[in-house]
Amino acid sequence: MTTFIIRRLIQAVIVIIIVTLSVFLMMRILPGDPIYMLFTPNQVVDLTEEEIQEIRREAGLDKPLLAQYFTWMVDVLQGNLGKSVLHETYVSDEIAKRLPITAYLGGLALVIGLIIGIPMGIIAAIRRGTWMDTVATSVANIGITIPVFWLGMMLIFLFALKLDWLPVMGFTSPFEDFWLSLRQIIMPVACLSIWPIAGTARQTRSAMLEVLSQDYIRTAWSKGLSERVVILKHALKNGLIPVLTLTGMGIGMIIGSAILVEQVFNIPGMGRLGIDAIFAKDYAFVQGVVLITTVLVVLANLLVDISYGWVDPRIRYN
Amino acid sequence: MTEGTLGTIQLEKQARTSEFRRFLRIFFGRGLVVFGTIIIALFLFTAAFGPWIAPYDPYVQDLGATLASPSSEHLLGTDFFGRDVLSRLIYGARNSLMVGVVALGIAAIIGMASGLIAGFFGGWLYTVIMRMVDALMSFPMILLALLIAALLGGGLVNVMIALGIAMIPGYARLMCGLTQSAKESDYIIAGHSLGSSSMRIMFRHILPNTFPPIIVLITMQIGAAILAEAGLSFLGIGITPPAASWGAMINEGYNRLRDTPLLSFAPGVAIMLVVFAFNMVGDGLRDALDPRLRGVI
Repeated sequence: MTTFIIRRLIQAVIVIIIVTLSVFLMMRILPGDPIYMLFTPNQVVDLTEEEIQEIRREAGLDKPLLAQYFTWMVDVLQGNLGKSVLHETYVSDEIAKRLPITAYLGGLALVIGLIIGIPMGIIAAIRRGTWMDTVATSVANIGITIPVFWLGMMLIFLFALKLDWLPVMGFTSPFEDFWLSLRQIIMPVACLSIWPIAGTARQTRSAMLEVLSQDYIRTAWSKGLSERVVILKHALKNGLIPVLTLTGMGIGMIIGSAILVEQVFNIPGMGRLGIDAIFAKDYAFVQGVVLITTVLVVLANLLVDISYGWVDPRIRYN
Repeated sequence: MTEGTLGTIQLEKQARTSEFRRFLRIFFGRGLVVFGTIIIALFLFTAAFGPWIAPYDPYVQDLGATLASPSSEHLLGTDFFGRDVLSRLIYGARNSLMVGVVALGIAAIIGMASGLIAGFFGGWLYTVIMRMVDALMSFPMILLALLIAALLGGGLVNVMIALGIAMIPGYARLMCGLTQSAKESDYIIAGHSLGSSSMRIMFRHILPNTFPPIIVLITMQIGAAILAEAGLSFLGIGITPPAASWGAMINEGYNRLRDTPLLSFAPGVAIMLVVFAFNMVGDGLRDALDPRLRGVI
């Protein structure tokens, strides 16, 4: 197990190096001139050639790219992600404010996805071909089909504009006003959890079907064990392993949906921060958001893989 | 001798036809797959013959008839500029299809090539390629597409490139796995011992055998590409106005949700129908081509 974890850790470190390197390089190409990481185009126009040279020297932009990458990484590892070119704000401060919001909503969506998706998948598998299977698979198929931003708008139309049950949009911290916060997050979390529910249900169903046809399950049945014991004790253990992988992928998927959902519901999370930064050409922020997001996805997948090896010994020795 | 050969050929022929029949039987055995096929046929027809079907020019503004409700004149009403919503939906189908097909073309070609190389040669090539694929996979698709679109600028072509790059990992991983397992099979070992070159083995023997799962993945991902394009256009980075795009149409209806929800409702339903259809047909293809793939793709 230890060698497995070490191997996976090394892999993750390599992936993180590739990710950071590509983010770094992209950000050097993206603005045309890396000086735009420090100043807006309007500010640069006002500078003289000597001043620009001076700034480049000071910021180390005249050094080789690889050297620049190392300096940048050292900064990043110390928590220094740079400063906005538009406002006097530090990228790390802003991300520290925004990330918890997205993590809170996304985490809720992921948990809801598992709580609803797993039983849905199990029922569909053990009652295969019945109306319950049809309902569950239809719901799951619609869930992976529906555009989340559109779903959000339709929910707003129905529950906020027509029925007036829920506030249209916005976000309030649950520590500030718990009930308002709860009412505000119902629709966005519903949108974010639709994919996890559908994905988990589909994955659970097919994994369970696979497991249920295996010999040891037949043995369990022929021993005269009750359905409850066969399904919950024997089949589920192996049936849930593939669901784990999906959960790892789901984190990336949820971040992707969050970009859209935060836009629709006007929630000041990471996704919103990224979009605003891309439109404002505030590259320091774009870099920070992309970096943190991707590293989080890599770490999430690392955790999933390690737990995968922990529950399934076959993986470890492969 | 001749008779024997003929007999074998005939037997083979028979096997092929019955295999095709079996494919059709399983494929059309499920109602939802038939439904999906019909929707895709309609979608392709609309995309191909859009200009002839559309009742109006989707770009002509009629400022005297803005935000009209559905009527016999405008079946789905008109938008804020008095443009016919149905015509815009029809033109949107073209853009959606184009983005889906081109993006997948890019993703499939690059992904398959890198997966084939990684799986076939193994060693450091495998490590380098697959770690890069892992890195690419850690970018959420929409975020990566946004970045690339920001890097290259918005617009139809750049969205296709962006989504194409974002979807490479799926193909690379699938192809790599398929190649690795094909490499162990007897006919490849036989090929090696007959002295076939690596190129010949890769392209003549391995590649054709990986087509069924790849075709299934492509079908399923057309839906994903259309969804992603809609998302990007919704954010205002994809296809830029006045060009008609379903995602942008949903966005245009956002501010008029209270009074004319149809503006956003209609394109959303179109997206759902088409994506659902591609997913169902993908499911059907998978079951008919290779039922072992259930749960893998």
